[in-house]
Amino acid sequence: MAYSNKVIDHYENPRNVGSLPKDDPHVGTGLVGAPECGDVMKLQVKVNPQTGIIDEAKFKTFGCGSAIASSSLATEWLKGKTVDQALAIKNTDIVNELSLPPVKIHCSVLAEDAIKAAITDYKKKQAAEGKSAATQVQPSA
Amino acid sequence: MAIKLPIYMDYHATTPVDPRVLEAMVPYFTEHFGNAASRNHPFGWEAEEAVEKARKQVAELIGANAKEIVFTSGATESDNLAIKGVAGMYREKGNHLITAVTEHKAVIDTCKHLEKEGYRVTYLPVQKDGRISLDELKAAISDKTILITIMAANNEIGVIQPIAGIGAIAKEKGILFHTDAVQMAGKVPFNVNDLKVDMASLSAHKMYGPKGVGALFVRRRNPRVLLAPIIDGGGHERGMRSGTLNVTGIVGFGKAAELCRLEMASEADRLGKLRDRLNERLHKSLDEIYINGSTEHRLPHNLNISFAYVEGESLLMGINDVAVSSGSACTSASLEPSYVLKALGAGDDLAHSSIRFGLGRWTTDEEVDYVADKLTHVVTRLREMSPLYELAKEGVDLSTMQWQTEPQH
Ligand SMILES: Cc1ncc(COP(=O)(O)O)c(C=O)c1O
Ligand code: FES
Repeated sequence: MAYSNKVIDHYENPRNVGSLPKDDPHVGTGLVGAPECGDVMKLQVKVNPQTGIIDEAKFKTFGCGSAIASSSLATEWLKGKTVDQALAIKNTDIVNELSLPPVKIHCSVLAEDAIKAAITDYKKKQAAEGKSAATQVQPSA
Repeated sequence: MAIKLPIYMDYHATTPVDPRVLEAMVPYFTEHFGNAASRNHPFGWEAEEAVEKARKQVAELIGANAKEIVFTSGATESDNLAIKGVAGMYREKGNHLITAVTEHKAVIDTCKHLEKEGYRVTYLPVQKDGRISLDELKAAISDKTILITIMAANNEIGVIQPIAGIGAIAKEKGILFHTDAVQMAGKVPFNVNDLKVDMASLSAHKMYGPKGVGALFVRRRNPRVLLAPIIDGGGHERGMRSGTLNVTGIVGFGKAAELCRLEMASEADRLGKLRDRLNERLHKSLDEIYINGSTEHRLPHNLNISFAYVEGESLLMGINDVAVSSGSACTSASLEPSYVLKALGAGDDLAHSSIRFGLGRWTTDEEVDYVADKLTHVVTRLREMSPLYELAKEGVDLSTMQWQTEPQH
């Protein structure tokens, strides 16, 4: 299979490989895919509490070159976006940017799923945070 | 010595034509171009003579009689002819066939085709080491069984089946035994009489001969095997395979078989050592790598390894100056990981992480070292990028984890 130059570039020089602290309340983690399917993506975002903007994004991917490129690209796009803007990223945007062939579309779908999962995790944490903050306040009142 | 890139290490897929083979073929394209079936002029006689010489050369490689060699267009056709030929000829006797789940598609899909026509097929499982169990084979046999077809050596994992044991069982029960010997013949000793094989498929392009030519060994005595032809026409090849003979291809096949016979012992020894060198180097520099299939019953030039936590296609992308193949789904059109590796029961994730190395006549020490070093580098890099490697290092048991999978996956 011939890869596009952009896929090769992301594969050779992946952006933002790594991990953020899972338990940080401002970090959202998405882990999607399954080893039996040959693809697992972990994508994390860190949201700045002051601005509400994603100022860090990291990924780790077990999968083909297109899956690695899709998640690498996703982390680039996430930085500087608000949570709601992040949710607007579509897999088709990734397909177009990386010129993925039809058999590789599911790699981009996985990246979109990973973004959604990371944001959902972040929102869940924020909601829990709000609640526990409230319960902590009560006893002193 | 400088290494020439890219490096070819996929000799199970195909092999280059040996220059000595090519040399033998050349005159038959232009000078001696006759049709081997032209009985009444010297052009035909020359061609026929060349074909008969090749027939002897091929027969000698496997301990057969020249009259027992039927030339075909390749092993896919040979497998089809053996299986459909027996099914058609012995339908009255029974409608049951036995094969194994790790067979080549040329056998599996032929069997599936026959199932649609009302035949019954047992697909024997394999054990962890890739071999069938002879007890399970015996248990599968019924009075309706007309054919056992089990490959000699597997094209992905190089595992050698207990052919002599299968041959003995088939003989005792009076059932015909066909083996796809494509990967084994010419590489290690394979003798149709010692192994009690009734039919064997061979392919020239897997033994340094040209593509598009193969043979089926069809036993003529004890028992005399009869086959219903699958191609109708002029009745060439004792009526079993009509069609003008591919004289140049057959001449090349003959020469290739002769060279394999003469050089087999030293070549197998050399490649076995190189394969072990590759394996040892990889094991020294990487943890959690697993050999797929038996190491004991295995072709000397095959290595199939799973590099845990790394997906095969991304691995191939990182070693793009080395030609090998992977059992990962993403490299195949089907999006299903290798059915051979799945059959070993190691888990689909390891199938996705597998690389097949096939060494051959022109593989060098330097190439083996280059490939080992390059792989070590790429696997290490990809593991740093792998969420599975990270989880495993944190002590998470990946097999018990709940994965979030999409329904279409
Ligand atoms: C075990 C086995 N059987 C059959 C074949 C098909 O051979 P051919 O390419 O000559 O049709 C191959 C090669 O792919 C093979 O490895
Ligand atoms: S992850 Fe399966 S094809 Fe890309």
